[in-house]
Amino acid sequence: MSDLIDELVGIVPGDRLDALRAKRPTARSDAQTTYDALVAAPADLARASRAERVALGYWVASLSYAEALAAHYRSLLEGLDAGALAAIDAALPGARTTGPFGAYPAGPLSAEDEDGLRWAAPAELREAVGARLAAALEHAHLLTYRPRESSADALQALLDAGWTTDGVVTVSQLVAFTHFQLRVVAGLTVLKEAN
Amino acid sequence: MSEQAIHHPELTRPNAFTQAELGWVPWLEPKAVEDLTEEDYTGLVERARAGNPYFRLLVRDPVVLGARTRADNDIFYNEDAGLARAERELSAAATSRTNGCLYCASVHSRFASIQAPSRRDDVQRLLDEGIDAAQDDRWTAVIEAAAALTATPSHFGQAHVTALRAVGLDDQAIVDVIQSAAFFNWANRLMLSLGEPTPPAA
Repeated sequence: MSDLIDELVGIVPGDRLDALRAKRPTARSDAQTTYDALVAAPADLARASRAERVALGYWVASLSYAEALAAHYRSLLEGLDAGALAAIDAALPGARTTGPFGAYPAGPLSAEDEDGLRWAAPAELREAVGARLAAALEHAHLLTYRPRESSADALQALLDAGWTTDGVVTVSQLVAFTHFQLRVVAGLTVLKEAN
Repeated sequence: MSEQAIHHPELTRPNAFTQAELGWVPWLEPKAVEDLTEEDYTGLVERARAGNPYFRLLVRDPVVLGARTRADNDIFYNEDAGLARAERELSAAATSRTNGCLYCASVHSRFASIQAPSRRDDVQRLLDEGIDAAQDDRWTAVIEAAAALTATPSHFGQAHVTALRAVGLDDQAIVDVIQSAAFFNWANRLMLSLGEPTPPAA
């Protein structure tokens, strides 16, 4: 059974991290089940194609500076859509920032409001990947850096770009799950090196 | 004609972190109860969740919802060693406070207070003053680790592991801190982006 998190952290059967992960066996197996359903072997390619799914995983991992996961998605995307990969790589330097930031609904938390990069896909990227994937990349950027600024209008932008309601749910899960996956990898990698 | 998102202009949107019970309304149409299949019920894990619009929206991708829910239960409720339940909820609340998810923070701060009734004011201070509010050494270590892992880029590092070990966490408990914070980076993004919180019932 392949396990992507083990592979990226460098966990092998019988080692210390293997034993620690084994105590939460369902979390471990269902992290892989989620990845398989969203990326590796999705059942419904009409709502989101394999290349769209992999491109979103690559985008979220890259925006999050999650190098091992980004490298994994990069190698997948290279085989699926090298044009999209090149266009995304070209857009990355202008899209990367830090987070989370954003505005709260007006009130006592407004003192914590923080400004930052609200990214829109540049014309070259839009042209290379199409309006539908470009809209999903913009949405993934929103969810990565300023999830508190999410809105019904942001979902409408996805629907207007050609995503169905089912497709929006899957795109949302993919982006959100990738944020789980990359943090489990980051956390376990630190713990592995702590002796 | 594209499908339409649902707006709720009549709602007064909560604008502060609270331990009170907030509601939540979706921005997309949940699947209708009468259309739910056996596969959907498997994804819902508990049949009663069919009554909840959040889960009935996520069941549009039933395999993913099922895996998400089982992972959630294992990370938070599997008490075979590891971190105390209250501190797993604390990690979820600190993550939600950092990302700005009022709904998730309300649920998991409340759960932390239920698990550790004597710490209700400490939980409230996390909500009111944020992750830098004064806490005892053990809670400080858990909150700082969860917040560091939640930042983009992550700045969770050896110093956090050292601090967690210094306040008595073994590595199994540290895995629970990592996974509970990581999981809420998943859950916060779904809750924040697919709908919005509503005020507590009067």
